[in-house]
Amino acid sequence: MSIGLAHYLGVAATLFTIGVFGIFLNRKNVIVILMSVELMLLAVNINLVAFSTHLGDLMGQVFALLVLTVAAAEAAIGLAILVVYFRNRGSIAVDEIDSLKG
Amino acid sequence: METLLKAIVFLPLLGAVTAGLFGTAVFRYVGGAPPQPAHDAHAEEDGHHHFHYDGPRWPMLLTTGILLLVAALAWVAFFDVIAGHTYKVVIAEWVRSGKLVAQWALRVDTLTAVMLVVVTTVSALVHVYSLGYMSHDPHQPRFFAYLSLFTFAMLMLVTSDNLLQMFFGWEGVGLASYLLIGFWYDRASANAAAIKAFVVNRVGDFGFALGIFATFALFGSIEFDPIFAAAPEMAEKTMHFLSRDVPALELIGLLLFMGAMGKSAQFLLHTWLPDAMEGPTPVSALIHAATMVTAGVFLVARMSPIYELAHVAQQVVLAIGAVTAFFAATVGLVQNDIKRIIAYSTCSQLGYMFAALGVGAYGVGMFHLFTHAFFKALLFLGAGSVIHAMADEQDIWRMGGLYPYIKRTWAMMLIGTLALTGFPFTAGYFSKDAIIEATYAAHTPLGEAAFWLLVVAAGFTAFYSWRLMFVVFHGKPRASRETLARVHESPAVMMVPLYVLAAGALFAGFLFKDWFIGEAEAEFWGQAIYRAAHNEIVEAMHHVPAWVKWAPFVMMVSGFSVAFLFYMVKTDLPEKLARAFRPVYLFLLNKWYFDELYDVLFVRPAFALGRLLWKGGDQKIIDGLGPDGVSALAAAVGRVASRLQTGYLYHYAFAMLLGIAGLLTWLMMGG
Repeated sequence: MSIGLAHYLGVAATLFTIGVFGIFLNRKNVIVILMSVELMLLAVNINLVAFSTHLGDLMGQVFALLVLTVAAAEAAIGLAILVVYFRNRGSIAVDEIDSLKG
Repeated sequence: METLLKAIVFLPLLGAVTAGLFGTAVFRYVGGAPPQPAHDAHAEEDGHHHFHYDGPRWPMLLTTGILLLVAALAWVAFFDVIAGHTYKVVIAEWVRSGKLVAQWALRVDTLTAVMLVVVTTVSALVHVYSLGYMSHDPHQPRFFAYLSLFTFAMLMLVTSDNLLQMFFGWEGVGLASYLLIGFWYDRASANAAAIKAFVVNRVGDFGFALGIFATFALFGSIEFDPIFAAAPEMAEKTMHFLSRDVPALELIGLLLFMGAMGKSAQFLLHTWLPDAMEGPTPVSALIHAATMVTAGVFLVARMSPIYELAHVAQQVVLAIGAVTAFFAATVGLVQNDIKRIIAYSTCSQLGYMFAALGVGAYGVGMFHLFTHAFFKALLFLGAGSVIHAMADEQDIWRMGGLYPYIKRTWAMMLIGTLALTGFPFTAGYFSKDAIIEATYAAHTPLGEAAFWLLVVAAGFTAFYSWRLMFVVFHGKPRASRETLARVHESPAVMMVPLYVLAAGALFAGFLFKDWFIGEAEAEFWGQAIYRAAHNEIVEAMHHVPAWVKWAPFVMMVSGFSVAFLFYMVKTDLPEKLARAFRPVYLFLLNKWYFDELYDVLFVRPAFALGRLLWKGGDQKIIDGLGPDGVSALAAAVGRVASRLQTGYLYHYAFAMLLGIAGLLTWLMMGG
């Protein structure tokens, strides 16, 4: 059996779903959320690269690189916020981050 | 002469405005904070005013000077008018709207001239007297400004040429009366009395206003001359009132009399007058004895062309007048406050005046108004002198034996009492006896009843007047030793007005009787008073049987004798009588329970209705559905919405995801 487009999309969808559940079911800490967000971005990247080879259009791969760059910047900023937040509140447990509560 | 008349009316206004605006603190603290009033613990303790006045003296002297000048001018005008002149000075046009025309004008005929003299003379004397009586009051510029304002309003009333200007003066004196009754505004009772006077007068003024409307509806004018000229043609006309047709002139007469009843404190609308004694005593003398309360008498006399054609209204005037004279005299028998006794006496004497008007003897009623102003102002100012001497004591049972201490005040009170009770050849003898004779001379059943009521009231008048004299000035002193040690005769500035008024009380009747009610009567009144052709009451009055002429004298002597017996000889007798006839005594002491009756009938239902509308209508319905309801709704929605905001990041993210999923689904399905 040869590996086709559907397999790539299946892997990407699985990864994306794991990322989503990582956000929702995680009660421990914010780093897991950041990791889950990275996972979802990678799932999207797989989609982009898969469609790029399937359609023979390089634009998809260029876009994947762009997403990687943005993800790297986002991870850096996210971790920086995280460090500052920990300094201020002494905790990064998700359950305790509820300042927006009405 | 026209300038002189204008000066008489407007100089008091000038004085009031100047003294009121520049003599008081109105402009003194512009741009700065007023100083805190000095707290006088002693004054609070016993409720007396031991204040000192250290402000300017010119406002008092200015207003008093103006009033003295005006009084002199008024006498000049009086003698000019009774020489046969009448004046109509148009000052400005006030209202012109369709047929309704009202001018500011001074109408001066004999009727007005008499009132001018009474008002300005008593007012000037009261101003002078107040210089002494109020000399320690910290607010005396305001007091004098109010007094002058009152004088102006009263002069506007008596010089009016149309009903609207009269209403202006009418309300003006009501306002001044309110301000002066509540002059000591730190006393709750004074404020209550001021409000009561104002509210009770509103009832009468409601009738007065309706009377003016009815006059305009019938005559198409509110000016006196057209009304009086057209009155005879209107005798048969009817008007639609309260869904039935009533004779128009009767209706107008009754409505206008309703106003007169309020202002002159007649039976049913009298309750405010005794309470009005909360004001300073000079005010009681000027407003609530000599002038303002006689405005009703003046109104009826002025509208004589209407009343002469309205026989039912005349009968009502007679009945109310006689009943008031009798009722107030009975209540006066048992009162214990020196000012209240005189207040009920005033009420009673006003009843006499209305009784005279009711039988068509307008000149006689005006004559009693004229003489009454002198002796009642004298009695009030004399009572003020007593109160002054006793350091603000008003209960006659805490006085007694004052004669040796204040002989001159005693003499003045004696003259006032003699004149009031109708001692021969004093002022009251001529005017009051004339009224009694006039009611007899009417020869109607109602006139007969009024005659007996008035004769009995004359006996009561003598009794309560002499009771006051005996209890206050004779017998054993009942005041404390300290008070007696401080009893002193009033200063000359207070005594001189008393002397002048005493001269009036003694001689006004004798000097003026020929003009007012004697041979020169028709000539004296001229066109000012209209009498129907068949009205021969003044002529008939002089031909009543001898026993009618003697009846008031006999009643006066018996009233004096009973009072002498009760309060000089057998002093335990009144108490025994009061105990034996306790229900009657209490009935009289509580003024026939009118205050209680009105409390149940009007005051409490009004309060209940007010509370219902306030709590139910305003708070529950309007506030509940309106502002309060809307804000409560917004708060409730907000509470529900805020519960959605958990603050957890993953909840927001989940909501976003659901939203995206929903949106995509809709795009795919719908697209």
